[in-house]
Amino acid sequence: MTPPLMMIKENMAIQQERDLIFCRNRVKEVAGKIGMGLVNQTKLITATSELARNMLIYGGGGIMRLEIITRGKLEGIQLTFEDKGPGIADVDKAMQDGFTTGRTLGMGLPGAKRLVNEFSIQSTPGKGTTVKILKWKNG
Amino acid sequence: MERIPILKMGKFLLVTIQVDLYDRLALNLEEDLIQMVFKTGAKGVLIDISALSIVDSFMGKIIGNIAGMSSIMDAETVVVGMQPAVAITLIELGLPLSGVHTALNVEKGMALLESRMITGQEDDTTADDD
Repeated sequence: MTPPLMMIKENMAIQQERDLIFCRNRVKEVAGKIGMGLVNQTKLITATSELARNMLIYGGGGIMRLEIITRGKLEGIQLTFEDKGPGIADVDKAMQDGFTTGRTLGMGLPGAKRLVNEFSIQSTPGKGTTVKILKWKNG
Repeated sequence: MERIPILKMGKFLLVTIQVDLYDRLALNLEEDLIQMVFKTGAKGVLIDISALSIVDSFMGKIIGNIAGMSSIMDAETVVVGMQPAVAITLIELGLPLSGVHTALNVEKGMALLESRMITGQEDDTTADDD
């Protein structure tokens, strides 16, 4: 018997620093529910923290969408960070370690990418940025 | 405003972070610690992060800042109690916290600070003997 799939699909607003804590805690809670191991949980929450902060500092805040994803036998968590900020002029540059236009270390985007299984970024200057990450339960 | 308490123990300052850190709180801690090092003339700062389930690049930067600033003020910083999952994540994130002394727990961290003080004193004694 296959266990019932948990359906979770929700949006969280990130408008101030404290929202980062709520997001991290919610992601941790859901990751725990699907049985993700502690190391993978920590990696996912750290990536969440980096991307949510980026969105807050550079995108003027935005929305994080949290979904449980299944692909065949794989189960994981997909997070989409969407802002309507100024966008990123040079995405390739932004993905390099240590590149920053602000007060952060420039580890956020490339670091988050290393911590998850799938990573995609789309940005249109003047329109906003969307970053999507996926972490498999056992990935 | 919410603040993380800093305890003075002899020549050292002890900080135990027991709450979820948000950026403002971390920045306040950085400022308060440096002020305390200045005011008390502390020779060491021990930061216990055993209750933190994550350390991201921002918190990593703050820890690095605290170590750097303390060092300029003639105090050593030791970070203790990092959870294994946090250590694994920090390295993959690309933040090896180089330049920051670490120890497994508060006891070992204190011992590390003490031993560095003794080394310093021995140097003085040798100078006296001569």
